[in-house]
Formats: sequence, C-alpha cells, structure tokens
Amino acid sequence: MSSSGLFDVAVLGGGMVGSAIGFGCAERGARVVVLDEGDVALRAARGNFGLVWSQSKGDGMPAYAAWTRQSVALWPALAERASALAGRDVQYRAVGGLTFCLDEAEFAARQLFVQRMHNQGQEGLQMLDRAQLQALMPGCPLGPEVRGASYQPADGHVDPLTLLRGLQAGMRAAGGVHLPGAAVQAVEPIAGGYRVTREDGSQVEAQRIVVAAGVKTTPLARMIGLDVPVRPVRGQNIVTERLAPILPLPASAIRQTGDGTVQIGVTSEDDGSFATATTTAALATMAARALRVLPVLAQARMVRGWAALRPMTPDGFPAYAESTTHPGCFVATCHSGVTLAAVHAGPLAEAVLAGVLPEHARDLHPDRFVGMTHVSSH
Amino acid sequence: MFRRTDPPDCTIVWEGRELPARAGESLAVALLAAGITTFRETPVTGAARGPLCLMGACFDCLVQVEEAQNMQACLVPVTPGLRAQMQHGARGFVEDAA
Repeated sequence: MSSSGLFDVAVLGGGMVGSAIGFGCAERGARVVVLDEGDVALRAARGNFGLVWSQSKGDGMPAYAAWTRQSVALWPALAERASALAGRDVQYRAVGGLTFCLDEAEFAARQLFVQRMHNQGQEGLQMLDRAQLQALMPGCPLGPEVRGASYQPADGHVDPLTLLRGLQAGMRAAGGVHLPGAAVQAVEPIAGGYRVTREDGSQVEAQRIVVAAGVKTTPLARMIGLDVPVRPVRGQNIVTERLAPILPLPASAIRQTGDGTVQIGVTSEDDGSFATATTTAALATMAARALRVLPVLAQARMVRGWAALRPMTPDGFPAYAESTTHPGCFVATCHSGVTLAAVHAGPLAEAVLAGVLPEHARDLHPDRFVGMTHVSSH
Repeated sequence: MFRRTDPPDCTIVWEGRELPARAGESLAVALLAAGITTFRETPVTGAARGPLCLMGACFDCLVQVEEAQNMQACLVPVTPGLRAQMQHGARGFVEDAA
C-alpha cells in the first residue's frame, strides 16, 4: 500500500491520546492520518477508569496541575461534541468527585495532601467528614468505616470507550484517515516532511509527526530523536452487574457508571511486565476495600475483571516535546488520556499545527528525565 | 421455535404460570422450550431481551429466581416447582442483607 499524498499530520497511535490530537488537528482543517495498531494494541484507553479528575493531579508539578485544570474546564464542550460524534451520550457527569478515607489515619493524610494541593493552586478541593458526606449523598449506604472524603466539585466521570469512539468518529468526519494495522518501523526525513514505514512495508508521508503511542512511546520517540522513557504499569479493574443507583458521585477506585454497573479499581503494578492477566489476589484486595465503602455490594456479582497497561514516565507526569533533530515531530504521552482529552484535542492540537507548544505543556518536557532514577506513580 | 427431544418430567412456575420442564435442564432451555423468549427488560433502555449464548457469557438471559435477582437462566438447573420471573431493569438491593 502506498501513501495517498503528503498528509499535514501523521499521528502514530490511535488510543485516547492520539485520537484526541488527531481529532483536534483534523477539526482545525489539517489533513490527518492516524496510524494505529488497532484493537490488538495494548491500549490504556480500555483500562481507563473513566474519571475526569483534577484532585490528585500534579502534586510537586504545578504545570501538570494547571494543565489538568485547563482540561477539566474545557471538558463540558468536548463532551457535547464527542456525544454528537459518537451518536450516543458519552455520559460525562461533572457531579464532583471523592476520595474516600476509611480511618483516622487515611483522613489525616488526605487532609495534609489537600492542604498541599491548595498551596499549588487547587481551588475548591476540600475535606468532608462523614456527616457532610452523608448530606452530600442522602441515602447512599456508606459503610460504617467511612470516615470522610476529599471532595472536588469540578471533578466527574465519563464512559471512556464511547469517548474514544467519538474522538475517532470526529477525526474521520473532519476528513481524517484512520489506518489500523502494522506497527511503525521507521521514520525518515524527506523533502517537506517525513516518511513513515510500517512493518508490512506500507508507507505514509506527512509534514508533521506526532508520537502518541502509549506504552510503546519509547522506541517510536527514539525514531524522531527524543528520549522518552515510558514503562507499563498494570491496572486491574472489576465491573459488577448493573445495579440500582447507589453511588451518585464517582470516587477514586469506585464509581457507578451511567448504565448502573459499579467499576472497582485499580491496582498500580509496576513490575515492568507487559502481561495483561488479572490476579485473584489483586481483585480480592480491590473488592474488599470496595465493600468497606459500600457493604451492600456484597450482594452484587462481579461480571468481569481485566487488566490494562498505563504508560508511566519516570516521575509519573506527562511529557510533551517537539524534536530539535526532527523539526515538526512531536511526542505526547500521559497516563490520564481521558482527563487530558480536552487539552489534547484543543491547545495541543493547535500547537502541533503552529509548531509552538502551549504554556504548561511546554514545562513538561522529557528533558527532565535525564539522570532520573526516582520512580513514582501519580 | 424449539422442540424437545425428551418429554418433560416436572413443572416450574414462570410469572405465576405453570410450565412443563425437565429436572436438571437449564431454566433458560425450559423457558425457550415453552415458547418464552422475553426473559428481561434492560436497565438502560427497557428493551426486551432473551438468551443469546446459552453458556454463561452474554448476561442477556437474566431473570429473577425465587428471591434472587439477575440470575443467568442458562446457568440455573431446573428443580421441580422452581419459581422464576422476569428481571425488570437493574438489580436492587435487599435491606439489611449486606
């Protein structure tokens, strides 16, 4: 298969990040092609918990906190467009979000965290004690151990798979081309742009390249002269049968979806392995904590458990850069593709076309990883 | 739609009505053999649904068996006199049973 002329932008990766950027560029009139491995890819998008979430993001990295808040502010408009494009509601509900504390020590630790986040510009985030929590969610059958929660009124949740469908539909509706298939093997400069060669020998040419390849970012970023260490961190998920409404607000590691299922998360297994099997021990630990939050879930059946791999940088924060050796080639990687979808489809897409990274994203350059051995998950 | 290969040897009660069945066959098969195709109404749209896979994977054959909601009819063996009814919408919770 040969290329069909010179595209304005070739996005390498068709997951949540690549689809958002591809959609944003196509919507701004660029001729876009998204190269995607397809559904065999180790998509973090399929393991995403579906939170649109600012309350835990960016401790120690104010640019990430600000970038996240900017995305949350842009989310209502994105949700409306993505729903129309997907042909069904993406179920974005900015009803506020919680992080439950199950004893005094957890509550005290979370309180300190909330104060730290306040000092870094996080507004609206507050601690609720048990009585305030009950007043916020009348009738919610909270377990007796629930001491309180942190509460950010701007947070919310969404159906990540419908969002992905909406972004891809929007990219195609704006004239973009989605090419699932073989992995990318090489990127080489040509006159006026770059030629991308895939493992099946097919080639695509584009003026600009965006590497948005999730857990496969490192080898692809190297092809455009950027060193971006990304490793897989496994997250296991549980979903129950559909249940009558019991939890009106989404929380870290437990939320009830618009369709009634309760999703329970999520491990953060940092063992370097690309395996996607679940383990009974992890699922049992997750379920046990969920039962302390909502004991009535003991009556619910688990329908499915699964694991997905999230791309993690050495400090856990996103990375964005334009290559100096390959002008017009960019990398974008993060583990919060849902929350950041609105900035990826907006300011970041604009930046790819303009060649200047926006404020906040500019401060998340992968150069900071040089010599970094510290490893953490955010 | 379906024809039994072996005769019924007991009855079950579906929506208050007696139906012929064979002990040990699945509840889903007994209902299908009696001409029942609507097992439940979905929680999302209220659409009528019945069994698709008959092997425990699709969750489209959910019914209420005795007091238990959201039971997969294809995985429930028939016992004489078993009482079952349609599953309407999402499963509710039983008070104080947690």
